Amino acid sequence: MSRGALLVLADGRFPAGGHAHSGGAEAAVKAGRVTGAASLGDFCRGRLHTAGLVSATLAAAAVLGVDPVELDAAADARTPSPALRVAARKLGRQLMRAARATWPSAELDALAREFPKGAHQPVVLGLVARAAGLGAEDAAYCAAYESVSGPASATVRLLSLDPFDATAVLARLAPELDLVADRAVEAGRRVVDEGVDALPCASAPLLEIGAEAHAAWAVRLFAS
Amino acid sequence: MIATGVRATARIVAREDGRGGTALPVLEGDGPLALRRTRASGSEARVMLVGAMSGPLGGDHFAVEADVESGARLRIGSAAATIALPGQAKGESRYDVRLSVAEDGELHWLPEQLISVHGSDLHVTTRVEVAQSARLVLREEQVLGRAGEEPGRLTSRLSVRVAGRTVLDQELACGPGAPGGWDGPAVLAGHRAVGQLLVVRPEFTREPVAARMLGEHAALVPLAGPAVLVTALATDGLRLRRVLDEALASLG
Amino acid sequence: MHLDHTHDGPAAVSADAHRIDGTRRALRIGLGGPVGSGKTATVAALCRALRDELSLAVVTNDIYTREDAEFLLREAVLPPERIAAVETGACPHTAIRDDISANLEAVEDLEDEVGPLDLILVESGGDNLTATFSKGLVDAQIFVIDVAGGDDIPRKGGPGVTTADLLVVNKTDLAPYVGSDLGRMAADAKAQRAELPVVFQSLRTEAGVADVAAWVRAQLSAWAA
Repeated sequence: MSRGALLVLADGRFPAGGHAHSGGAEAAVKAGRVTGAASLGDFCRGRLHTAGLVSATLAAAAVLGVDPVELDAAADARTPSPALRVAARKLGRQLMRAARATWPSAELDALAREFPKGAHQPVVLGLVARAAGLGAEDAAYCAAYESVSGPASATVRLLSLDPFDATAVLARLAPELDLVADRAVEAGRRVVDEGVDALPCASAPLLEIGAEAHAAWAVRLFAS
Repeated sequence: MIATGVRATARIVAREDGRGGTALPVLEGDGPLALRRTRASGSEARVMLVGAMSGPLGGDHFAVEADVESGARLRIGSAAATIALPGQAKGESRYDVRLSVAEDGELHWLPEQLISVHGSDLHVTTRVEVAQSARLVLREEQVLGRAGEEPGRLTSRLSVRVAGRTVLDQELACGPGAPGGWDGPAVLAGHRAVGQLLVVRPEFTREPVAARMLGEHAALVPLAGPAVLVTALATDGLRLRRVLDEALASLG
Repeated sequence: MHLDHTHDGPAAVSADAHRIDGTRRALRIGLGGPVGSGKTATVAALCRALRDELSLAVVTNDIYTREDAEFLLREAVLPPERIAAVETGACPHTAIRDDISANLEAVEDLEDEVGPLDLILVESGGDNLTATFSKGLVDAQIFVIDVAGGDDIPRKGGPGVTTADLLVVNKTDLAPYVGSDLGRMAADAKAQRAELPVVFQSLRTEAGVADVAAWVRAQLSAWAA
């Protein structure tokens, strides 16, 4: 692996559309469930161990060569909220665009043809990691980190939260990020042998419900 | 002394009886899982799960298997809530439900709530196979702790295939020892009752149902397949049931 | 699926002038500028002026999503399927400059769904004087300021005023009321922009958006050539 390529892919400024998504934070802020650094930390921890773990495993499994079409269908089954399915595909398509310009690859071209409207973002992320010469662990880390960095930076904008506090929240989650990335790689290897039913399917009811509430708002700052 | 848990399996097979009704050629329960056939309604056979014990206790392993054969109609309920209790045997207890509905069959799986009592450790797995033209209504309700009590550890996985394709695969883990954040603002945020209602109907392919909110803490969503899922949170089991009942009624 | 195809995939990732099928894509013109300077009104006027001669569509980038798109819908300047809104996560400049992926999706979806198109107007969310469009997103950009925002804006410069392909000074009818000196604004703009064009307009007069529309037509002739 190239540690340099990992930094390029994991950079929050990688132009793949993430800045316009709050990872559920906008809905949680409006509902009064996230009001400051402490509740942001709880929110991020919950998202990391549910949606984050599932995303990280999808990404790891894609790096390990599991059929992306099967992974995409498994992601659908793990994402009951249609608003979240739409967001995941939008982000997948945007990541695909950025990655094909950054790390041109026949695999990415083939996936883009298969999913002209976008595959689930973590599945694309896995193939992007492959194209960038990265491994399953790298992809799992990127997905797990994105699952918490998105809500943290969105909350800075939504609550005018002190950015140092938000960054400290992320730093305190680092040991759990390591844990989730490890579990994701392990599960990803099982998927290679046992098929997509071995993917974790940890769910977070309020992320699903909040995403539907958010999608129905007339006025919002973030796409999801 | 190491106590080992109880193993119990209940099996149900529903079959068209050729006279416009549904027969139950297999209706077997053992130990704590007793089955009772109740009065049929039209072509639909009805079965009650009667828990002779209030288990599962720690270390117990319960299983329910129901197969609805083509054209048959079956409704399964339970006489009382299932209560997950701590037991003398160490380790988790398991409750596995396996349901299948063949072509043109219909199954209503509507058990009472599962109550996760402080100190218990239960792993529930519900796997459902639904044929393309079959219909399903499935309700799952979990109440975390008796009134004013901390919950036990509960992990509940629900996976549903329609015509061989997985349309839903979800696992909720909560209680002491569950991964971090389970009671936080992304997952349960202090709600003590959580439930799901899943409805599979072939006509959803032609007439998809639009997503909608059911109050602040429940949403009805179309899955990627001919199925609709309601996910609801509530402060208690009664309020949860009200939301799920209203959602089912609204689907007609 | 098979992922072992050779690298024969489409190259159209951002600024490429051709669509995946090899046809020439629509000209994309960005409209940026501070909040309240009249971007949306200019877009609406351009749509009315050009919709009978061109196939066109609009992408809006609102601070609060859909607000500008809904204004255009209410005004019925284009059929609804020709107006798309992009959410910007409270950072409208990011969506037009640093991470243009959502806007590129929007323009391509419009070409797929209502195309072929001659022209797509991409309106930025009201931001500040430093917000400019990426060349990966638009072929030319218009920066809209107004006389009520202060007649010293052209003198202050900034990337929008200095480098936009067209600078529009809007609401000239208000100049006497807000004490803005149009002559001074013109001289300052000339000093900042050298040969780049400047249009002074009031959408309340009969000429309205005519000068800007003429500039857009000239851009289109050059694009199609």
